[in-house]
Amino acid sequence: MSYWQLQLTAFLTIVRKEIRRFTRIWIQTITPPAVNALLYMLIFGGLIGSRIREVNGVAYMDFLVPGIIMMGIITNSYGNVVSSFFGSKLQKYVEELLVSPVSNATILAGYVTGGVARGIAVGSIVSLVALFFIDLKPVYPMATLCIAVLTSVMFSLGGLINAVYAKTFDECSIVPNFVLAPLTYLGGIFYSIDMLPPIAQKLSLFNPVLYMINGFRYGILGVSDIPLWQSFAVVFAFIAILGTIAMVLLNRGVGIKT
Amino acid sequence: MTALCIKNLVKTYDNDVHALRGINLDVNEGDFFALLGPNGAGKSTAIGIISSLVNKTSGTVTVFGHDLDTDIVGVKSCIGLVPQEFNFNGFEPIFNTITNVAGYNGIPPREARKRAEHYLKRLDLWDKRRSTGRELSGGMKRRLMIARALVHEPKMLILDEPTAGVDIEIRRSMWEYLTEINSENGTSIILTTHYLEEAESLCRNVAIIDRGEIIENGSVADLLSQAMQETFILNLYEPVTEAPTIEPFKVRLCSEPNQLEVDVPKGHSVSDMFQALQSKGVVVGSLRNKSNRLEEFFLRLVNQSNKDSQ
Repeated sequence: MSYWQLQLTAFLTIVRKEIRRFTRIWIQTITPPAVNALLYMLIFGGLIGSRIREVNGVAYMDFLVPGIIMMGIITNSYGNVVSSFFGSKLQKYVEELLVSPVSNATILAGYVTGGVARGIAVGSIVSLVALFFIDLKPVYPMATLCIAVLTSVMFSLGGLINAVYAKTFDECSIVPNFVLAPLTYLGGIFYSIDMLPPIAQKLSLFNPVLYMINGFRYGILGVSDIPLWQSFAVVFAFIAILGTIAMVLLNRGVGIKT
Repeated sequence: MTALCIKNLVKTYDNDVHALRGINLDVNEGDFFALLGPNGAGKSTAIGIISSLVNKTSGTVTVFGHDLDTDIVGVKSCIGLVPQEFNFNGFEPIFNTITNVAGYNGIPPREARKRAEHYLKRLDLWDKRRSTGRELSGGMKRRLMIARALVHEPKMLILDEPTAGVDIEIRRSMWEYLTEINSENGTSIILTTHYLEEAESLCRNVAIIDRGEIIENGSVADLLSQAMQETFILNLYEPVTEAPTIEPFKVRLCSEPNQLEVDVPKGHSVSDMFQALQSKGVVVGSLRNKSNRLEEFFLRLVNQSNKDSQ
């Protein structure tokens, strides 16, 4: 067996394990984002949105849906990796991987792919829910898919870094609750940054989530506050930075070796 | 071939605890080797370094010619680890636990399922294959970890106190199985244990580690021959009121009136003792060892080591 065959088999095993994990507990992992999305669309899109004419030249419900889908992708990609990797640390079964001839790059790729699988699964289900409200036909399907997958990769990497450092369940929820949620809600899900005062517009440009939501919105609707290339540039830059940090942490054995 | 070669292995933890102070150790291929030592001696740290769970401070570790620093994949491929603490996903069916680890070792799914079936059956866990890890009893959990460690058929199996908390029947069956894989498959086995009877029964070679240093290393037979005396409990036909004096044996009364405790020094046989007792009119019905000889030797060494360090 060659080195690469071994790593490929190990990678597919981790991915299968991760997918099996979140599908086994689908009531906790898949259903809540779909219910949340339905409520957002009913309340913000249907009830409140009906009083808003158009945003960026499209109906408010159409404007809202890409943001809601992306919110599901972001939170679930992050949440999947942070909970799964932290769980493996807590119960010590991460040691199954550490004593096996699996490279750290394979471990990282496996967990991130698991996070992407859940992010995209949730994104797809939220998209199905959205079909009850709008005619969802992406203008640029490839761009839509690419930005969704890359965003999912980025937040899966973030989840892994969080899990490496976390020592308690509280430390797993600090970033999602106090960093990720504000950035996501202030990232232009519900509004265009054109609607903000100039200073808030400038501050919003420092929010990386803004670029992802707008990139995704551009793929679906063909309208965005941010040029598409900027969205891709920001996502790639964050993937490079977070990926490097995650590899360094795994290579040093931070949080998993003594 | 040398299965394991450790040279000047040092581990100092961040809190300045010197867990290993430059140990040297060789284990031959096919050996059944015991690593003994009191709690906190450095056994688990040494095992953690060999199996890549602990980062070493300095020194070299080579497993079947693969250097831990330059060929970690080669090292890991040769090792199966049964750790001291349970470290499997308690919420996963145990069949998946085994197939996952097979996959991490590059074994494709179909072959992984076959091997999982083989080892779960061999360790009497097949009926529990759909149970999750947390639903198993303590003994079953230990056996699950052995099945998991063997699924990639490693050349070297490391067991860190594998029979701790396991009842006698299961312990005996685990001993039999370990002896079988050592003799039939030629798997090199390194065992740490607190049951010195276990080490004496199973292992050919032994190293004793204390305060991060190897204080004795050799064959079990050689070490036992160094034991200065053996103590027996004798059951007598007739009770005695005082202990007979029979040089060079030391005889003591036990709490039971028809029992005596006798130290038989090195170089003297049990027959000599019987004859001496008979000459004093004491007739022995049966006897048993008071304690394990290796245990006595171990305690003597560790006590000596403690005195030397004071």
